[in-house]
Amino acid sequence: MKRFITPLQIKKAIGMTFLSALVLSCSVDPEITPTVNLDNIQPVIPDGWPTPVYNFENNPLTPAGFDLGHALFYEPMLSVDNTVSCSSCHQQFAAFAQADHDFSHGINGLLGKRNAPALQNLNWNPYFMHDGGINNIEVQPTAPITNPVEMGETISNVVFKLSNSSKYRTLFKNAFGDETVNSQRMLKALAQFMGALYSYNSKYDQVRAGKASFTAAEQQGYTLFQQKCASCHVEPLFSDYQFRNNGLAVNTFINDSGRAHITQLPADLWKFKTPSLRNIEKSKPYMHDGRFTTLDQCLDHYVSGIVSSATLDPQLASGIALSSQDKTNIIAFLKTLTDTKFLTDVRYSENYK
Amino acid sequence: MRMKKQFLKTYLFIFACGLAVVVSCKKYHAPAPEPMPAAVTPGPDTTGSLDIVMSNVVNGVPLVLGTQKYTNANSDTFIVNTYKYYFTNIRLTTSGGYAWSPAESYYLVDQSNPSSLILHVSGIPRASYSSIEFMIGVDKNRNTSGAQTGALDPANGMFWSWNTGYIMAKLEGTSPQSGDNYKKLTFHLGGFSGAFSVLRSVQLPFPNAAQVTETHKPQVNMNCDVAEWFKTPNTISFGTVYGVTTSNTNAKNIADNYADMFTITSVVN
Ligand code: HEC
Ligand code: HEC
Repeated sequence: MKRFITPLQIKKAIGMTFLSALVLSCSVDPEITPTVNLDNIQPVIPDGWPTPVYNFENNPLTPAGFDLGHALFYEPMLSVDNTVSCSSCHQQFAAFAQADHDFSHGINGLLGKRNAPALQNLNWNPYFMHDGGINNIEVQPTAPITNPVEMGETISNVVFKLSNSSKYRTLFKNAFGDETVNSQRMLKALAQFMGALYSYNSKYDQVRAGKASFTAAEQQGYTLFQQKCASCHVEPLFSDYQFRNNGLAVNTFINDSGRAHITQLPADLWKFKTPSLRNIEKSKPYMHDGRFTTLDQCLDHYVSGIVSSATLDPQLASGIALSSQDKTNIIAFLKTLTDTKFLTDVRYSENYK
Repeated sequence: MRMKKQFLKTYLFIFACGLAVVVSCKKYHAPAPEPMPAAVTPGPDTTGSLDIVMSNVVNGVPLVLGTQKYTNANSDTFIVNTYKYYFTNIRLTTSGGYAWSPAESYYLVDQSNPSSLILHVSGIPRASYSSIEFMIGVDKNRNTSGAQTGALDPANGMFWSWNTGYIMAKLEGTSPQSGDNYKKLTFHLGGFSGAFSVLRSVQLPFPNAAQVTETHKPQVNMNCDVAEWFKTPNTISFGTVYGVTTSNTNAKNIADNYADMFTITSVVN
């Protein structure tokens, strides 16, 4: 039997639509309703990956939480003069590193002492920063917010500014059920956004999943990489999350003691967290102080630039021997770690509304 | 065949019963509340509360921020501008050995904020308590488990962001003897693990029992003496130790000193 729609029903439907449009436009600022689809922000972690350190256990990843985290990440109000946001130093096209800056630039053009690292697959990090000084992704943002040369703000003033914004009160309500703005909610939302920056769709991942194959040069580069680099840049995340001295000459301009800054132990001098090499093609410049601008220079460092010291990693004691063909092949392999889907994912982008 | 099945079923049933008994037996080992001491009559409502009223003092004299001059054990004079510390993980015990702790107890005592000097403890099972234990500082768990709120909100200015962890105790001031160019004293003591940890556990007997009932709220008057930071076992000279803002030997030495800075002056029932 077919059901016919009566004119009355149509009238009702139009009325309801009109009414709900009215309600919507009154209660929700249209600007802050995401137009991108956040329904499937839950990751599909590839087979063979280790279990993440942070798994949103006490901070369930939700579309509204991600949405708030996204807004905060792009929010200049987090800085003292409302000019610098997280995204000033962490840009999507550069895998959320700061493109072409050796030292990061904060408020008033002030220079930091370190290069902004890529932000991806952060949930596998047992600690954050080049020296590992931060022990939980949720508290990480307190560092840039309060750093006098980055955002130069106080946590309480950021909370004050956000709670005076109707846009944020609504976003906090969407994410946490009521309009209360506090630092814990702000930090948990930022952790949702940062933690959801998953990169696992590179060509390398496709090959691993048996859905693509390397070129001859990439394959040779991969074999070399497994022999010479993978002991520290451990697959599939390309880091062992240890602190190591990879033989860089000490930069006398900043005299960065690395891990020893945190532990005060001489044995940790000039050791830095092994960085992931995912999206490495896009996240230049390289190393904790951004001293290298090309992958060629990075490889030359391992071949002929290693500086000996008491804390140099023993694996690098006599450098890594590579022919120029080897270098070309390794670079070809490293470029298979570029994840275009991640770099252009509209859900991560500034203009996602 | 059928018999065998029946037997198996019976056996399983008996086994399951046994297991249930074993499991439930385990529960009985949880400490049962101590029988009521004579002073407190048992009633239908079983919980009450108490207040810890904190007086921050220096050499026994009430602490006044910003103006009052004090002298440390090394005869250096000093003024205190900021004095804050975490008082956490309270545990109350009766003379019979029954112990109770709140699900969560984190207090930030801040001399500049009078309301922070009264620590309300509630939900306490009715009993006569004979001693209190607590911690100076924030336990390791809360230092490593992400964003916190309330007394532990990083907005309270007691949090190191570059080397994650709480500042357990903070004293800022000035001293003419300070080795600092601007004669400042800056003691931000943090570090929750390892050799330099500044966490300290304190246990203090009550001079007379605190009798908690649903209608009766004892008041525990406590002193916290700032002078102890610089006294024993490690006498601190401000000429050499005037700024401690990382986890190190000086921080640990001061923590060894402040471990005995609390005394209970009276318990008023
Ligand atoms: C002024 C530039 C700047 C700003 C603004 C900034 N960062 Fe960073 N970020 C850096 C630098 C530099 C580092 C590395 C610091 C270090 O190792 O000491 C870093 C490190 C990080 C890390 C650690 C990554 C890792 O692999 O260990 C995360 C996560 C991060 N930032 C997130 C954020 C968030 C969230 C914000 C906004 C609240 C933010 N950043 C704002 C420059 C910046
Ligand atoms: C002994 C461990 C070790 C080995 C072996 C090693 N690396 Fe590294 N690598 C590191 C560490 C540690 C850093 C970070 C150093 C810093 O930031 O100061 C690093 C940094 C890098 C960087 C810069 C990353 C960035 O985001 O700034 C690249 C590129 C790199 N390594 C490539 C390689 C390649 C290719 C090989 C093999 C030829 C290799 N590494 C072998 C430990 C190692």
